[in-house]
Order: sequence, then C-alpha cells, then structure tokens
Amino acid sequence: MSASISELEELARRCRIEIVKMVYRAQAGHPGGSLSEIDLIAALYSTTMRVRPEDPDWADRDRFILSKGHASPGMYALLAEKGFIQHQDLHSYRVLGGICQGHVDMKWCPGVDFSAGSLGMGLSFGMGCALAARLDGSERRAFVMLGDGEIQEGSIWEAAMAATHHELGNLKVILDRNRIQNDDFCQEQMRMFDIPAKWKAFGWNVKEIDGHNMEEIVEGIKFLDSSNDGPSILIAHTIKGKGVSFMEDNPSFHGAAPNDEQYALAMSELGVVE
Amino acid sequence: MSRMAATRDGYGQALLELADNDRVVVLEADLGKSTKSLHFRKEYPERTISCGIGEQNMLLVSAGMASSGYIPFASTFAIFTERAFEQMRNGVARPNLAVHLCGSHGGTHTGTDGSSAQSIEDLAIYRTLPNVTVLHPCDDVSTRLLTKQLADSNKPSYMRTARNKTPVLYDDVDQSTIQIGKGIELREGNDVAIIACGVLVSEALKAAEDLSQQGIQATVIDMHTIKPLDTDLVDKVASRCGAIVTAEDHSVIGGLGGAVSEHLSTSSCTPLERVGVKDRFGESGQADEMLELMELSAPHIAKAAHRAMNRK
Ligand SMILES: Cc1ncc(C[n+]2csc(CCOP(=O)(O)OP(=O)(O)O)c2C)c(N)n1
Repeated sequence: MSASISELEELARRCRIEIVKMVYRAQAGHPGGSLSEIDLIAALYSTTMRVRPEDPDWADRDRFILSKGHASPGMYALLAEKGFIQHQDLHSYRVLGGICQGHVDMKWCPGVDFSAGSLGMGLSFGMGCALAARLDGSERRAFVMLGDGEIQEGSIWEAAMAATHHELGNLKVILDRNRIQNDDFCQEQMRMFDIPAKWKAFGWNVKEIDGHNMEEIVEGIKFLDSSNDGPSILIAHTIKGKGVSFMEDNPSFHGAAPNDEQYALAMSELGVVE
Repeated sequence: MSRMAATRDGYGQALLELADNDRVVVLEADLGKSTKSLHFRKEYPERTISCGIGEQNMLLVSAGMASSGYIPFASTFAIFTERAFEQMRNGVARPNLAVHLCGSHGGTHTGTDGSSAQSIEDLAIYRTLPNVTVLHPCDDVSTRLLTKQLADSNKPSYMRTARNKTPVLYDDVDQSTIQIGKGIELREGNDVAIIACGVLVSEALKAAEDLSQQGIQATVIDMHTIKPLDTDLVDKVASRCGAIVTAEDHSVIGGLGGAVSEHLSTSSCTPLERVGVKDRFGESGQADEMLELMELSAPHIAKAAHRAMNRK
C-alpha cells in the first residue's frame, strides 16, 4: 500500500470537504482540530496502518486511538474514504441513533478503537493495547493521536513515564501541535515551553515535522515505523482549521460550525465546483 | 414566564456580582467560555487562574487557596469534574475547605456531544461526600442567587448547571424564597407530589398541567438543593399527597430520586416513582430528543404520577 504524495494530498482534500460538510449539517462539532489532524491521519492509514476495512475487528490489526476524540469528523471522513463505513453514514454525525457520534466511540462506529471524548485518556489506553500485543507475541502496534492542549492533562505524563519504563517500542504517538485549545491559544491557557525536550526527558524518541507537508509526514511516519527500541512521538506542527481561510489559526473555530456564507466560501476554497 | 435562559449564564452573572468581595477567585480548566466564568476572567484577570486542561490540579489549587482565606469558584463540565472526584473527596471535603465546584453541561440534555459529555452521575457521587452541599437549580435567576449564597456558606459545594436554555421561572418572585436547603413549592395539589430539579422542573410543571386536565391535582417542587435535602418539605407533601414522583436528568440511581427515597424509607411508606435515566449511557441527540429517548419529558412524568397514585 504505497500512495504517491499527490494521492495523499488529494485524499486529505476530500476528507477536508467532508469534515466541513459534517459540521455544517450538524451546526455543531469541532472543525478546527479535524482540519489540523487530517493530513496526518490520511497518510497514516494510507502508508503504514495494518487494518482490514472489511474486517474492522480483526484481532491483529494495528490500533488507532484518536485520543482528542472531539476531532471525530476527521476520523469519520477517513473511515468513509477507506471503506470502513459508507459516505452516507457521515450524514449521521451528531444525529440521534447515528453511528457517527459527537465523539468517536468504539461501541458505535466500525474502525474506531477507542471511546473518546474525555481528554488525556488515549495514551494510557494505547499503552494497554501495546502491552497486550507484546503479551500476545503480536507485531501489531498502537498509534495514538494527541492534541497539544490535551497533553496538559497529568495522566498523559503518567503514561509517558510508564511507556518508557515498559520499553514499549510498539507504542507510537502523533502530537497535533496546532497551538490552540478550547478557550484560546495554548500560550494564553497554559504555556508548555519546550515540548520536544519534555518527551525526550521522559525517554521517548522524538521527531518534529511540518504536519501539512506530505513529504515530511511520510518521512515522519517512517521514523515511527522504524523506532522500535522504545516509545516514539512525532510532533507535527500544524495549523488549526488548515485549508479554510477563516478557520485557520482561529480559536473560535475549535468548536463552532460555519454559517451558510462561510460554508459556501469553505467549499470553494476546498475546490468544490457546484 | 416566556423568557428562556441557560443556568450556566446565571452562574457567570453571579461570579461578576461576587467580585466586590476581593477574596473571591475563579479557577478554570480551558472551558471558561462554556461554563461562563469567562466574564469574570475578562473583568478580573488577576483573580482568574487558568489551570489549562488539568481538572485534578484545579481542585487542589482551589483547596490550597481556600486554606489561605480565599473563596475559590472552580468550574468545568460536570463530567470532567468527576476526574477530580478523589481530589474533591480527600483534598476538599475531608478538610471541609470552602471550594465551590461548578459542573456545567450536566445531564443528557447537553445534547449532541454524546455520552462522553453527558454526566448522569454527578449528583449521586458528590452527594456521598460529607460536608458538601449539592445544588442543581432550574433557571438562571435561582442559579445566580444560590451561587451568591455559596460565597458566604463556609462549606464546600458542588453545583450542576445546564448547557441549554429552559424557561425562566423566578423573574417575578420574591427572591428571598430562594435559599440553599429550601425546596420551592411551585404548584400545590393534593393527589400527587412531583419533586424535580434542574431542567426537569419545567417539564414537571407541564406534566402537572396535563394531569389537571384529567382532574388530578399535583404539587410541584423545585428541589434545587439535593443535599442537605429539605426533608421537612418532603414529609409534608408525602403526607398531604400520599404519592411522590421524583424527576431529574440524571441516573435513577443515587441522585434526587435516591435522596428522596432514602429519606422516605425512614419516615413513611409513601409510594414513590423515580423518573430519571434508567441505568444506561446517553448518546448524541438534540436536547429535546434526549428527554424523549431517556423518557424524562412531561408525558413520562405524568405517567409516573399515575403509577405512583395507583400504588396508594
Ligand atoms: C478531560 C477533559 N477536559 C476538558 C474537555 C473539553 N475540551 C474538549 S476539546 C478541548 C480542547 C482540546 O485542545 P487540543 O487538545 O489542543 O485539541 P485540538 O486543538 O487538536 O482540537 C477541551 C478543553 C475534555 N474533552 N476533556
């Protein structure tokens, strides 16, 4: 499974369109963090994830844990593109009884490995998956996507320390470093200073990339694939709301839907021709 | 009675009104825009402490400040206060430090965020803690008044507020009738008493209206204080009506229904029906859809009233 850079970019563009559509239809949800993460998730599933869309519960699949589970539109768009769910299912986002619940939920949606929504939980869960894989003698890996606001939770650092203690080379994290959280910029809410140095100090393999440059992303994923002596983290510098001008770097679009005019503008910016 | 408002707005307003007391401090965990502490932050940034996305830290920082003579008001979503439950238990309730914790977006009424955001157990868990006052007001007016009373209470508290707008009930009432620990009788009848809290108080009033069409006169009580429970009032309406319904957007286990039944089991044999979330998790849906799905809306309260009366 190796897609070209332009194919990956095109996949991410299609996902971006679906993200904005989902949030627009629901008039609720989290576009900002979905648009910042989507290049990373698209590349991850297209280049390295060992999964079977037709058999989503395959026991030996790699796990993907969207710990920042509010950014669910990104995940749903990708799952639809990869055939885990139907494009029609995207219309059930935040709709009563729909498989696309507000926050990704493993009990509701095929291809989702974690019931998220409360921040700071996914890394410990991923560690559990990685330990289980080791006990099973399986090659499978656990990939965890964290938000940068999310790593303010203390439990993240409990897991970060424990993963090194247990030398979990099959635990791999992508940090969506978009510099914005719920209320405001991270800088205003809680300064985190040197994030790479913190992970290094906890014994992790660390690499930083531009999270919207597909070539760098593919290189970054290769780094995760090949660092197996302990846990590793790819710190992806991203732009919240990437791809929609008025959402970019704008804390207001952490958890808000576009209105009619904004929606039309977003669609045209994402290359949708009516 | 047509104004609609969210109780969280009453909380935000109360913090502003409390600001004259320079011992009042506000703590946030990256949800100030949602819990409405943001208004205080804008006016008094020097007395607003951002804890980042770190609820456990927020609770104990609050405790430390309370021990040093400050009056901390800390807030996040109801569900995320629960992550700091043990901090609340051991760090706040046990030393009886007057930290005021507010959990907004409580209940399934919070809507399409889904089950991870819908706290249906907060009232139950905080009610188990000695020293802690537990409140769940039904409109923005009572939320504002009760929040202000907390500042003088010298005891820790937990207050649940709601995300969405509901009818305002207390614009034109004598505000001195709204007191911590005192239930409010909104409607008097002799056939059945509906004891409700939060977003279900207005549903209970609708149910009473429907029941009166059928010739059944229901008492409706806004039991905004879950702990300490107004047991005098419960006993009074139990003996007057002989049948009781509790109604809350919360698990049927341990909340208002739990508190009322625990009390009644020691004082009388009044039949009681609990309207609440039936030991299940919620899901994504609009606020009104959730009240239907969870069987919490007025028709379900009226049905429960019939069941309770049939058991007389
Ligand atoms: C434990 C917990 N506290 C608070 C929240 C509310 N919340 C949802 S998203 C969010 C901000 C997340 O910021 P970040 O992790 O940077 O995500 P991103 O910017 O990628 O969307 C907050 C505070 C939550 N979901 N869980």
